[in-house]
Amino acid sequence: MSYCSSLHASLFPDKQLHVLQDEDTEENGDTFDMQITVSDPEKVGDGMNAYMAYKVTTKTSLNLFSRNEFSVKRRFSDFLGLHSKLASKYMHIGYIVPPAPEKSIVGMTKVKVGKEDLSSAEFVEKRRSALQRYLTRTVTHPALLKDPDVIQFLENTELPRAVSTQALSGAGILRMVNKAAEAVNKMTIKMNESDAWFEEKQQQFENLDIQLRKLHASVESLVCHRKELSVNTASFAKSAAMLGNSEDHTALSRALSQLAEVEEKIDQLHQEQAYADFYLFSELLGDYVRLIAAVKGVFDQRMKTWSKWQDAQLLLQRKREAETKLQYANKPDKLQQAKDEIKEWETKVQQGERDFEQISKNIRQEVGRFEKQRVKDFKVVIIKYLESLVHTQQQLIKYWEAFLPEAKAIA
Amino acid sequence: INNCAGLPCRFHQKGLDDGPDFLSEEDRGVTVNVDLQTDATLQVDISDALSERDKVKFTVHTKSTLPNFKQNEFSVVRQHEEFIWLHDSFVENEDYAGFIIPPAPPRPDFDASREKLQKLGEGEGSMTKEEFTKMKQELEAEYLAIFKKTVAMHEVFLCRVAAHPVLRKDLNFHVFLEYNQDLSVRGKNKKEKLEDFFKNVVKSADGVIVAGVKDVDDFFEHEKTFLLEYHNRVKDASIKSDRMIRSHKSAADDINRIASTLYTLGTQDSTDVCKFFLKVSELFEKTRKIEARVAADEDLKLADLLKYYLRESQAAKDLLYRRGRALVDYENANKALDKARAKNKDVLQAETTQQVCCQKFEKISESAKQELIDFKTRRVAAFRKNLVELAELELKHAKGNLQLLQSCLAVLKGDT
Repeated sequence: MSYCSSLHASLFPDKQLHVLQDEDTEENGDTFDMQITVSDPEKVGDGMNAYMAYKVTTKTSLNLFSRNEFSVKRRFSDFLGLHSKLASKYMHIGYIVPPAPEKSIVGMTKVKVGKEDLSSAEFVEKRRSALQRYLTRTVTHPALLKDPDVIQFLENTELPRAVSTQALSGAGILRMVNKAAEAVNKMTIKMNESDAWFEEKQQQFENLDIQLRKLHASVESLVCHRKELSVNTASFAKSAAMLGNSEDHTALSRALSQLAEVEEKIDQLHQEQAYADFYLFSELLGDYVRLIAAVKGVFDQRMKTWSKWQDAQLLLQRKREAETKLQYANKPDKLQQAKDEIKEWETKVQQGERDFEQISKNIRQEVGRFEKQRVKDFKVVIIKYLESLVHTQQQLIKYWEAFLPEAKAIA
Repeated sequence: INNCAGLPCRFHQKGLDDGPDFLSEEDRGVTVNVDLQTDATLQVDISDALSERDKVKFTVHTKSTLPNFKQNEFSVVRQHEEFIWLHDSFVENEDYAGFIIPPAPPRPDFDASREKLQKLGEGEGSMTKEEFTKMKQELEAEYLAIFKKTVAMHEVFLCRVAAHPVLRKDLNFHVFLEYNQDLSVRGKNKKEKLEDFFKNVVKSADGVIVAGVKDVDDFFEHEKTFLLEYHNRVKDASIKSDRMIRSHKSAADDINRIASTLYTLGTQDSTDVCKFFLKVSELFEKTRKIEARVAADEDLKLADLLKYYLRESQAAKDLLYRRGRALVDYENANKALDKARAKNKDVLQAETTQQVCCQKFEKISESAKQELIDFKTRRVAAFRKNLVELAELELKHAKGNLQLLQSCLAVLKGDT
């Protein structure tokens, strides 16, 4: 990545770019030393005005920051506010800005209302984890890391309250992108794609989007069924224990009680596996579905930029035609005005072309960086996920091996 | 898609080729009852079965050295209703009041499976050809599994009868085995089913009264309390085990879909990660087959075991009821005799009645005691066998899964 490595080589000549995800993952190649954790969710206030405050801790040796380790308190709308600023600054020049986590009216209402149950605890944990991943992805982007809003977000104790976070959620961005795309299509732009790379990439991302959505849905279904399996196994365990109690053959009674214990342990195992299914696999897929929406967004921005350039060219053309006409009309004032306007639009055309070339260049780099990150993310997660599956099977073997002699002891 | 639902589906039990796709260990049919001495004098099994649109035809095969039969080896075709007829004839036979009547096999029920196949046919347009073929294969395997189970359950019923010292000599049983024409026992019509329903209501009401009568005999008093509680708990365990196994199957289905999508992702992806997708897709294809087998084995060794003992414990309860009924009759006959003697009227008749009741009660009591002891022995043996096999299979599958996962991980880790 010529852009990234040259930039970072100038800033941190001795260091390599290192990406730390949720847990420390050592990767060979580029490393940068920065770790962000979101933790300690705390309910602030009461009733419908209550909100969750999250502790954002940054550990880094980068010179960008005044200290090596520092924490601040942030609420969800602060994250959305950050994303909105970054999106408005960088999307139109082709940077893939990581989308913020989704808003959830149902989830938050439960928390506000003070429902201290398992599902609201799960919701808060899900959100905490998502916020951490969001920030980590944001600072992994070399340009975003240096953005003053990002630095302010991480460092400043007080942050001005983000207002009108309506259109700022991931879904909001997607809606914005879709609207832009529709508008672009309505302008009947069959863009003269001089660069096959863009067409190819767009198609690839389209296909990837479809498959990731499908995969995500299947994994969500798996999580659901695994949770169900855990509950049903626990229920069966209780039932087996009762059966063991009423069995009047002593050895069989004991074996049935043992079976109940095994099943109870197994239900815990299923629960842990469902947790892994979700946090490792399902959430990654969800993140990437949203990320790809952001990628599609920048491609659409490029189309918009192109169309702006084309419009400028068209207008310039018209101004020139008007000027030509005016030359025969003997209206010296209007003629001068026309010449001025031509100059204006020539500048705009040049700007338009420059913008288009710049965004095209940026997107190429961004896509390269994105793909590299995607490959890394998926490889890491797949391995972790398989390791979780290995652990489950090892435990199963342990439990059943302990039970087998008990079953054989029935005489 | 009317393959299994419409066209006949048949298999031969002996030398059955268990496709690698689902059932692993298949102790042929006799999964729930162990101590069935299949001695040379009478051996019964179901050698073939044919599933047509709405009925199943079982080929009942007998080998016997008994003089009662015309030949030493013969087969007839029977349907479910004829099994029920045989069972009911045992229940209604006063001479067998003192036995635990082997529970009737449940009606073959392919409705759920057929419905799924139907739904699959309707949804054919919405999935890829590979997905469709895959799902169709699985549903057909499921259908076949249900089919095998119903055959096993009908067979166990016959084997239990053949193993019973008295029931094996029953005339209806011999007719069932040998008469090679249709027994013309149609299923019960609505009126008869209604009659049955009322009979059961009366019986349960009566059962409550009868159960209330305290027994002087400790053994039977204990058995009564035990069976009541046991039966309810087996029922609960059976329901819960079914739910657990269903969730397991659903999870395996999800892994199947995940494997397919990963494969598509792998073929589409132009980056390094495509190898990962393809390898994991391959892995999941294999592990989900193992998961499906785990669910199937749990179904055979655990769920079926519990269902069977649900039915047997009900049969044992019925025996106790009959004995209780006989006891009440006996006590009533005693009271009637005392009254008759007091009034000095119809004394002889009262004496005869009382003697009949006494004999009936003592006969039932004697055989009931042995039957209940045998029931316990059978139950313990069956649970032992099935729990051991369950544990062994769970271990086998977990080890299989582990090996697949570890080798895949080794390849992937070596790649990064």
